[in-house]
Amino acid sequence: MPTILEVNNLVTRFYTLDGVVHAVNGVSFHLEEGETLAIVGESGSGKSVTMMSILGLIPSPPGKIESGEAYLYDGYERRDLLKMSDAELREIRGGQIGFVFQDPISSLNPVLTIGEQIAESLVRHLGLSREEARDRTIELLDLVGIPDPKARYRNYPHQFSGGMRQRVMIAIAIACGPKIVIADEPTTALDVTIQAQIVELFLRLQKELGMAIIWITHDLAVVSGLADRVLVMYGGRVAEVAPVDDLYEQPRHPYTVGLLGALPRLDSRESRRLVSIQGAPPDLLIPLKHCPFAWRCEYAFDRCWEEIPTLQPAGLNRKVACFYDLERGKPRHD
Amino acid sequence: MYRYFLAKIGQSVLLLFGVIVLVFFMVRLTGDPASLMMSRNASPEQMEAFRERMGFNRPVYVQFADFFTGALVGDFGNSLHFKSPALPLVLERLPATVQLAVVGLLIAMFIGIPLGLLGGFQPGSAIDSIGRGLALLGQSIPNFWLALIMILFFAVRLGWFPSFGRDRWDSVIMPAFVLGLPTLGQLVRLTRSAVLEIRSADFIRTAYSKGLEPRVIYAKHVFRNVAIPLVSVIGVQFGYMLGGSIYIESIFAWPGMGQLLEQAIGWRDFPLVQAIAVFTSVVVLALNIFTDLAYAIIDPRIRYGS
Repeated sequence: MPTILEVNNLVTRFYTLDGVVHAVNGVSFHLEEGETLAIVGESGSGKSVTMMSILGLIPSPPGKIESGEAYLYDGYERRDLLKMSDAELREIRGGQIGFVFQDPISSLNPVLTIGEQIAESLVRHLGLSREEARDRTIELLDLVGIPDPKARYRNYPHQFSGGMRQRVMIAIAIACGPKIVIADEPTTALDVTIQAQIVELFLRLQKELGMAIIWITHDLAVVSGLADRVLVMYGGRVAEVAPVDDLYEQPRHPYTVGLLGALPRLDSRESRRLVSIQGAPPDLLIPLKHCPFAWRCEYAFDRCWEEIPTLQPAGLNRKVACFYDLERGKPRHD
Repeated sequence: MYRYFLAKIGQSVLLLFGVIVLVFFMVRLTGDPASLMMSRNASPEQMEAFRERMGFNRPVYVQFADFFTGALVGDFGNSLHFKSPALPLVLERLPATVQLAVVGLLIAMFIGIPLGLLGGFQPGSAIDSIGRGLALLGQSIPNFWLALIMILFFAVRLGWFPSFGRDRWDSVIMPAFVLGLPTLGQLVRLTRSAVLEIRSADFIRTAYSKGLEPRVIYAKHVFRNVAIPLVSVIGVQFGYMLGGSIYIESIFAWPGMGQLLEQAIGWRDFPLVQAIAVFTSVVVLALNIFTDLAYAIIDPRIRYGS
């Protein structure tokens, strides 16, 4: 599949009163048309900031994008999102790239009808008239599985349940037929049963509309049934990227191993202790000169304390940023 | 929503009953209302005749029933000073007070809300400093002092405005400004803090993620939410202003209810004081109901109950 989004060496920092927060430190990845890429990592690993940076949604000040490229492809043409003016970015946001945020309760405006909140995007990007936007919005509500969409158009967010509100958010995200939908922890705030419905809804919409999805989460369990590829982030860097099955079967980064070990399993026969990763994530206020995972890593050796590992090819369609070769059980030579 | 309003109206009726009880017993706290209302030089015979005329020699519950039924139909008895029914005297003064309160509120709103919005959009800017400075002054300057200084400066020294009375169109400007200034300050601060809070809300991030123009986001998504706390403050402040401002009306010789109240107290004209007290309460309670109604119109969470 052709690439639709390509991010190279993105660096984002926040200049706060406590010091400089090194939130994103040279992140690179690409997204293919129609695929689902999961970005996994713990809180503060830079997964949300990466996506917000690309679309100019980080609050600035204190946030500042220091360097990098983010190419959005349109056939053979590509444009760097980071070099676009605010006006150009506004065309992209909501038009070509839709967003779904974590908390559907606070992400919808409490004093506007949900119909209005969907329709305004249609008016803005597709230039529809009020009536056309209204009709299209009702179709969209139907598409995301909201019963009685005609009546619901005039309802306010507080008249919906959490799961229904998230469906509304999804309707907003897909309203203008985007090529990419970025879903930032879209199921985290929901009940488990509702989570499954939302995941299913995403999969169905992807099949019908063909958009690519970037699914940001800290929950590896959700990822397995959903993603094509997984990008694991740690300390504002990419630790590993791999097709989803390969990642589960054979993680190549010690952090991924830890993440998978920390996952509760219902199918294991012997009773097993939940393993947590020892130690704490790196303090992003301190710029690192070594692997950010070194002090939590049981495989760390002297090189890990001397330089920062870069993302290197490691097998078919996968890359890892680690000096230790888990497969062979010895340091990697390159 | 109807239940909500029925409850509000019920509460108001109860409050009004409480006010009438208070107003009734207020003049009887010393035991003998006649000694409160009559001059100290009155002879015992005059006192007795006065008690007889006012019905103060009847049992208290009879007097209360009488006062209460009278209050319900707007009859508070005759003013002792004017020797004519009290309520029409109050109503006569109402237009002046309403004019003062409306102009004062408009000054406060048209200066306070834009300053608060600009300050909230650009915290730390020059306009924000001006707004916050004005807010601090507005809420801390004693209004009787400011009134005197303004008369001294703008009326006596510069001659821009008349120093007292209500006989020119621009007579209202100085008293209305002094009356509105504390509200102006409050509106600046409230608007500013509401804008700062709302603009970092998640749903504003959603609005940006839709690619909306900042202009649209502020006008539609931010302002609608900022308006909610403003309505309640405006309602309460307007109530205070309509209640008549004794200081300001007296200093500017503004012929409103506040001035009448000050005079009535001086004359010991208690039927008139009682009429003003009850009437003002009715106005404030009615205004509170309107405020709640306005609240429900702009906040759907109240309109549809949550």
